[in-house]
Amino acid sequence: MMENSELIFAILFQFTQLLLVVLAAPLLTGWVNQCQAWLQNRSGAGVLQPYRVLHKLFNKDAVIAYNASPLFRATPYIVFGCMWLAAAIIPILAVDLPFSRAADVIALVGVFAVARVFIALAAMDIGTAFGTLGARREMLVSFLAEPALLMVLFTASMISHSTQLPNIVDTLAHHQFVIYPSLAFAALAFVIVLLAENARIPVDNPNTHLELTMIHEAMILEYSARHLALIEWASSLKLFAYISLGIALFVPHGIAEVGNWAGLPLALLTLVGKLILAGAGLALLETVSAKMRIFRAPEFLGTAFLLAVLGLLIHFLLGA
Amino acid sequence: MQIPYTLQFVNLLAALLLLVVFAMLTQRRILSMINLFAWQGFLLTLSTAIVAYSTNQHHLYYSAGLTLVLKVLLLPWLLHRLMRKLNVRWDVETLINIPTTMLVGIALVIFAFNLAAPISQLTEGITRGLIGIALAGVLLSLLMMLTRRKAVTQVVAFLALENSLFFAATSATHGMPLVVEFGIALDVLVASFIFGIFFFQIRETFDSLDISNMERLKDD
Repeated sequence: MMENSELIFAILFQFTQLLLVVLAAPLLTGWVNQCQAWLQNRSGAGVLQPYRVLHKLFNKDAVIAYNASPLFRATPYIVFGCMWLAAAIIPILAVDLPFSRAADVIALVGVFAVARVFIALAAMDIGTAFGTLGARREMLVSFLAEPALLMVLFTASMISHSTQLPNIVDTLAHHQFVIYPSLAFAALAFVIVLLAENARIPVDNPNTHLELTMIHEAMILEYSARHLALIEWASSLKLFAYISLGIALFVPHGIAEVGNWAGLPLALLTLVGKLILAGAGLALLETVSAKMRIFRAPEFLGTAFLLAVLGLLIHFLLGA
Repeated sequence: MQIPYTLQFVNLLAALLLLVVFAMLTQRRILSMINLFAWQGFLLTLSTAIVAYSTNQHHLYYSAGLTLVLKVLLLPWLLHRLMRKLNVRWDVETLINIPTTMLVGIALVIFAFNLAAPISQLTEGITRGLIGIALAGVLLSLLMMLTRRKAVTQVVAFLALENSLFFAATSATHGMPLVVEFGIALDVLVASFIFGIFFFQIRETFDSLDISNMERLKDD
C-alpha cells in the first residue's frame, strides 16, 4: 500500500503529465510542420500555427448536417477523450504513474481502436460518398497496422516479461544497458505503423483534400468549428502519444521516477530534446518519401508486420 | 548473465544483416538492391572487425579489410557500371508477388532458426544464435535467386548468399584460414567478372536480360 503523501505526489505527477501533454501536443504538430516547411524551402507558418487554428475553430459557429445523428456530435469528444486517455497511460514524464497501471499495452491499442471505430462510424453517419470512402480506407489501413503495432509491443513485452508499460520502460531504462537487436526490428516496424496511423506521408497526406488520395481528411470533411477543432487536437494528441510511446519503448533513458521532483526538470529537458529530434526526423522522413498509391499501403504495412514478427523471432533466437 | 558489449554488438549486426537481406527481397528496383548489397558488405566488415577485436585474431582484420574493399566498394561499383553500360534501369520483375515472397521469407527464417537450433547447441556460449541468422540469410538469398527473373538481380542475390556464408564463417567459427578467405574472395570477384561478360552475351543473343528467354535454347 502506498503512503498517503506518495499517492498525492503520484497523482500530482499524473496531472502534470496530462496537462503538459494536452497543451504541448499542438506544439509538436506545429514543429513537425515547420520542419517540413524548412526542408521544402518554405518559410512556414511558425510552430504556434496549430494553436491559432484551434483558436479560430473554437470561435466559429458549428454547422452540422441536417441528418446527423447524436453519434456524429458525440464523436469528437469521444475521440479527444480516447487520445487523452492514451497519453495518460503512456509513461511520458515519469514511470509508474497511477493511471498507467490501469491499462496495459493491449488495452492501449484498444483505446486507439475505439477512437478509430467512432470516427469511422461518424464519417459514415452523414451518408456522403467521401465519408464512407474515407472510413473504408481508414479501416483498410488500420486493420493492417494494428497487428503490427501489437507485435511490436509484444516484442517489448517479451523482453521485460510484462505487458504493463511501466514495467517495460523500467526494464529498458533503469537496468544495465543491453543492446536488443529485436528492438531494432520492432522500432522499424513501429515507425511504419506511426506513419500509417497518424496519416503521414507515405500512406496519407494530412494536407491534401484530393479525393483520390485522402484518407483521414475524407472522414472529417463534414466537421466544422469546435468539433473540427477537437478532432484536430485529438490528431495532435495521437501523434504525441505515438511518438512518446516510441520514446518509451525504444529510448526511455532519462525518464523520471515517481516522487522524484528533483529529477523532473532533467526528465522534462530530455523529453523535449527527444521530441524535437523525433519531430524533425518525422518531417525529414515525410519530405524524402513520396506518397504511395493506396493499394501499396497493404504491402507497406505488411512489411511492418513482418518486421515485427522477425523481431520476435530474433528475440527467441538470440534471447535479446 | 551479462554478455560483453562487443558480442551484443555482433548480435545487433547479425540482426541488421538479416534485415538487409529482407529489404533486398522486397526491393523492386535493381539500383537499390545493389546499394543494399553494399550496405550488407559494410555490416559484414563491421562485424568481422568486431569479432577480430574481441577474439584477438589478427588475420580477421585482413578479411574485414578485404570485405570492405571488395564487397563495399569494388563489386557495387562494378555492378553500377554494368547497369550503366547495359543501360538497364527497369524494375525488378518477380515471379511471385512481393507480399507472398515476404511470407515465404518469414517461413524460411523460422525453418532456418529451427534447423540451426541443434547445431547451436554444439557450440558454446555467445555466438549461438548467429548460425541461425546466417542460415536464414543463405536461404533468403536462395529465395531471392529463385523469385527473380532478371540475370543481374540473380547475381546480386548470389553475392548476398556469399555474404551470409562469410558471416557464418567469421562470427560462428571465428573465421576460416586466411588463405581460404582470400581464395573465396578471388572466386567471387572472378565470378562477377564472368557474370558481367555473361550479361552482355545474354543481351546480345536475346535483346533482353530476362533469363526465361533461355528456355528457347532447347532443341525440339
